Amino acid sequence: MIIRGSFKAALLNWIPAVATTIALIIAWEVLVEVLDVKRWLLPPPSVIGAEIYGSFGFLLRHTQTTLVEILIGFAVSVGLAGLLASGIVWSRTVERTIYPLIITSQTVPIITLAPLLIIWVGTDIMSKVIVIVLFTFFPIVINLVSGLRYVDQEMVDMFRTLGASPWQIFRKLMIPSALPSFFAGLKVAAVVSVIGAVIGEWFGSSAGLGWLMKVAGGQFQTAKVFAAIVLLSILAMALFAAVVAMEKWSLRKYPPTANRVIRLGES
Amino acid sequence: MSSASQQTNTGIDESVDSKNALLSVSSVGFDYENAAILENVNLSVTKGEFVALVGPSGCGKSTLLNLISGVLSVRTGHIRSGEHVSRTDRIGNVSYMQQKDLLLPWRSVATNSQLGLELRGGSRSESNAQVRKLAESFGLADVLNSMPWQLSGGMRQRVALLRAVLPDNPVLLLDEPFGALDAITRSTLQQWLLNVLDTSNKAVVLVTHDVEEAILLADRVLVMTANPGQIIGEVKIDFGDSSSDAEVTTSPEFMIFKRRILDLLRVQEIAP
Repeated sequence: MIIRGSFKAALLNWIPAVATTIALIIAWEVLVEVLDVKRWLLPPPSVIGAEIYGSFGFLLRHTQTTLVEILIGFAVSVGLAGLLASGIVWSRTVERTIYPLIITSQTVPIITLAPLLIIWVGTDIMSKVIVIVLFTFFPIVINLVSGLRYVDQEMVDMFRTLGASPWQIFRKLMIPSALPSFFAGLKVAAVVSVIGAVIGEWFGSSAGLGWLMKVAGGQFQTAKVFAAIVLLSILAMALFAAVVAMEKWSLRKYPPTANRVIRLGES
Repeated sequence: MSSASQQTNTGIDESVDSKNALLSVSSVGFDYENAAILENVNLSVTKGEFVALVGPSGCGKSTLLNLISGVLSVRTGHIRSGEHVSRTDRIGNVSYMQQKDLLLPWRSVATNSQLGLELRGGSRSESNAQVRKLAESFGLADVLNSMPWQLSGGMRQRVALLRAVLPDNPVLLLDEPFGALDAITRSTLQQWLLNVLDTSNKAVVLVTHDVEEAILLADRVLVMTANPGQIIGEVKIDFGDSSSDAEVTTSPEFMIFKRRILDLLRVQEIAP
């Protein structure tokens, strides 16, 4: 049974991670002071905190730019991945044509494509969206294909004996069964989408957290670079949490056939 | 059994494909990876008749049901269900309840039950009305809005049966419907199944490895052998007027039927 709204239980879950993070921050602060590390080389957490506090509005504007790029890229990615995965599952010819291309596309270092994209589509939002799509569509497609494909054969036969058309089997059986895999891919995509945005901005932009890191780094404003990193991490975690929330909601509506969480070691 | 379907039945031995049979299987053979699973299987079931197939595991009982329902294609022979002759015609027009309940975990009892009607494009309200009409006799009236995980194994099987019979096809196939249930639940459901099907005019084929279940439910028990799967004998079941479960299972006739079936099964066990 799922215990809902149990705040205490949720808090207990988070204690190990939060405690470790706090311990690391304290160690960092102390070590920087004790070893007298130069501020421009490695600022202590207190200075980074002050930087975030001091230029919060400025940082927020750039976070917003990056977030918009990510959301558009993510939406395009999900749509593209859905089309590709459906095509692959639907037809062997499509699979043979497209699948190798998808895999090959991932062997090309995307970071080398970024400068080309700037030349081709310019420095506006489009180039960033394309880089994000290149980073995120792969984990979504791969997971979606395996989710759609590994449907219980007996379930498929049951649908067929009830007179289902291939389209009905796809819509009413395969899509709901593929949801857990789809969200597994989406979680990976949420995290790498932030990397995609930073790389896209690095090579040609006039705003965003990636741009900010590049500019501040060039001027040895190390605290500002760290401030951008902190905000990027928060952004990635927020995106991840949003996907997890969607996953929870959707799996409550469409529970998977095997819905027990197995933890080896706690048998 | 329109004249049109008879014409497409080219090459069928008329004596086997008796005209008043709802379901007729003639000289059916099936291979899997070069191994003969079924060889020359003949079977015909008339309206309102209940036939049970018993045999050791691996004798191809379930394969035969998959062939009749159209999930698999025959290698040789012909199958006719009502007026549906070709495999693509039969699939979707033969009711088939598999061994597992195969309920969709994201659908309620009501929406699981009406899946077949929904796939045929029936209107939602009409499907709903049909489910409601039968839910009472299936003992599901109070749980229509429950989710599958809230139900007992016996209830889940009843939902699966309701889903199979709602499209109202003339032929109903049951593949060990109570195989996974405990003895008490099974016995209750066997009695219930007899009552539910009593008034129907369906041709029913039950696959089971439980000889007593076969005798209790069927009008005819066909005994199968393995490697390759064949029907080697038939025992007609008739208890006259006795009706109650207990009366039947403890009667001397029951023991005689059981003995005959076990003898048929034993012959193949000893054979090399």
